[in-house]
Amino acid sequence: MAAIAPIRTVTGRGVVVAGDDIDTDRIIPARFLRCVTFDDLAEGLFLDVRIDEDGRPTGHPLDRSEHAGASVLVSGRNFGCGSSREHAPQAIARAGFRAVIAGSFAEIFFANATTLGLVCLALDEGPLARLQAAIQAEPSATLTIDVAEASVTCADQRYPGRIADTARSVLLTGRYDPLAELLAGSDAIDAVAANLPYVGAAGGAR
Amino acid sequence: MPPRTLFDKVWDAHTVRTLDNGQTQLFIGTHLIHEVTSPQAFGMLEDLGLSVRMPARTFATVDHIVPTDQREEPFADALADQMIKALRANCLRHGITYFDLHSGLQGIVHMVGPEQGITQPGSTIACGDSHTSTHGAFGAIAFGIGTSQVRDVLATQTLAMSKPKLRRIEVNGTLRPGVYAKDVILHIIRTLGVNGGIGFAYEYAGEVFDALSMEERMTVCNMSIEGGARCGYVNPDQTTFDYLAGRPYAPQGAAWDEAVVRWRALASDPGCSYDDVVVIDAADIAPTVTWGINPGQAIAIDEAVPHPDRVRADERASVEEALAHMQLTPGQPIQGTKIDVAFLGSCTNARLSDFREVAAVLGGRRVAPGVHAIAVPGSTLVKEACEREGIDRVLIDAGFEWRAAGCSMCLAMNPDKLVGDQLCASSSNRNFKGRQGSASGRTVLMSPVMVAAAAVTGVISDARAVFGAGAKVSA
Repeated sequence: MAAIAPIRTVTGRGVVVAGDDIDTDRIIPARFLRCVTFDDLAEGLFLDVRIDEDGRPTGHPLDRSEHAGASVLVSGRNFGCGSSREHAPQAIARAGFRAVIAGSFAEIFFANATTLGLVCLALDEGPLARLQAAIQAEPSATLTIDVAEASVTCADQRYPGRIADTARSVLLTGRYDPLAELLAGSDAIDAVAANLPYVGAAGGAR
Repeated sequence: MPPRTLFDKVWDAHTVRTLDNGQTQLFIGTHLIHEVTSPQAFGMLEDLGLSVRMPARTFATVDHIVPTDQREEPFADALADQMIKALRANCLRHGITYFDLHSGLQGIVHMVGPEQGITQPGSTIACGDSHTSTHGAFGAIAFGIGTSQVRDVLATQTLAMSKPKLRRIEVNGTLRPGVYAKDVILHIIRTLGVNGGIGFAYEYAGEVFDALSMEERMTVCNMSIEGGARCGYVNPDQTTFDYLAGRPYAPQGAAWDEAVVRWRALASDPGCSYDDVVVIDAADIAPTVTWGINPGQAIAIDEAVPHPDRVRADERASVEEALAHMQLTPGQPIQGTKIDVAFLGSCTNARLSDFREVAAVLGGRRVAPGVHAIAVPGSTLVKEACEREGIDRVLIDAGFEWRAAGCSMCLAMNPDKLVGDQLCASSSNRNFKGRQGSASGRTVLMSPVMVAAAAVTGVISDARAVFGAGAKVSA
């Protein structure tokens, strides 16, 4: 498998999608899951809140000209709750985002995003509110996320946050896709399988 | 040896090694797949030139996209048709057991695993679906995964996982008449919050869980993820073994006796320690319904919708957003809210006991004029069992549409959808904005009997008042 590049920083403009508990149905409505590849998911990103039922734009932050080309999505607590659909971080990444900053992340979303190299930085309530205000005040400001420090800088202000150590280390070493390391454990996998009665004869590797 | 929890015992038995980042390489003994989150994973395998490592430990069915009325292929929806064909082809190519649409065994994946006896105590179970937590009812560690992780399990039968902390949720006492397993989990989520379980696995215990049937335990474990916990389990006991005995994939004969001895020993030892313990009195649990746009925004049926200015400051915006979406006025009673649709279905509440309960209370009542009521069994076996018992006739006579098995209007990936801002009394698990197929559609989560009460009265109602308290029939 090809080596993947370490992710030490993410630099780009931010866009605030306000609200707590933004669920994966909101991020990518289920009808867009009718697909056998992830290729076209970007067009469904937040679509049901970006257009009204007559198909007219609602003026969602993602569609405002001042946020065009933004690559850091900023939201509230418990971002990505709900379904396990990887379609959610896939849609975000395929729409051009390279990081999400939120109050906290739902676990499955966090794992899915990290595997894709989509950086998830959690900020406490105070810093998060100040960062959101800074982006609203100056949409053209550049954000720089420092993965090792788990912080983001915007308009000379540094906002300290959190990235789980398990995620931070794999982002920094370019091993956020775990498959190669999992494949390397082959003999140990067989040994564990052989000790599990319910796996039994079915556990033999091919 | 110090006392250990089931979680520790099962986790340790499945630990392959520690990865460089400190995560565990965890062996997944049972992998369940379906048509929505697997095709991309098979595509990735193909791109990498990898095969399925343990096809005999991989089981598939089709559930999310299947129509529940017109079941002939090709489906009218070309995208859905492409998905079922892709699943069928992938299973055939890789030698994976597939419970196909017309096999007689098809159903929601979280129904099929238990029905077939594939779901067993002490196993690890992963599936590209967050409601995989359902299988924890059997004393398994079961959790939802993304598609790249489906790829990882297909290729290696393992996952890179961080071990969660463990919270014991003890519900003691006796549930009041007219209070169901659905109310128990809605009450737990309401109490601990939709993000209260992040970083935790839940062990559900106490007198209430000891007394619950396997189907009721599945209802609770199913919604662990709605409280933020990726998995939740109940220690295995005689109820578990009685459910599994004789099922097709359960051990048979001498192997069964050995398995039961092993399973009994898996239960958490007396005196083991937990990272957190929450104790709930069963008497405090009422028939519970949601009023908002996440499953934690729930109230007892006799309570009023909250005032945004009387909640914590950091919840105000969420409450206002929810009230606006639901078209509810602060302080209004939730009872009496008009419904348009009644949905009996989903991996939370579409088992035989759910339909028996509803049939028992309906007692000749009819669905109110203007209400569209549909009943969607969770599996083909449940559908057939209901039909053998005449439950389908009771529902049809009452005015419900009786459908074939699938996820249906829980997430509306098939043709079953809300229209416009219709309000749905639903036995499903999520009331997110747009969840049931219309961006402005509104969902109120509740137990199946409460759905029946709303269906016959046309408004959100207290089933105890509509049908009389304590109609509970199933064990």
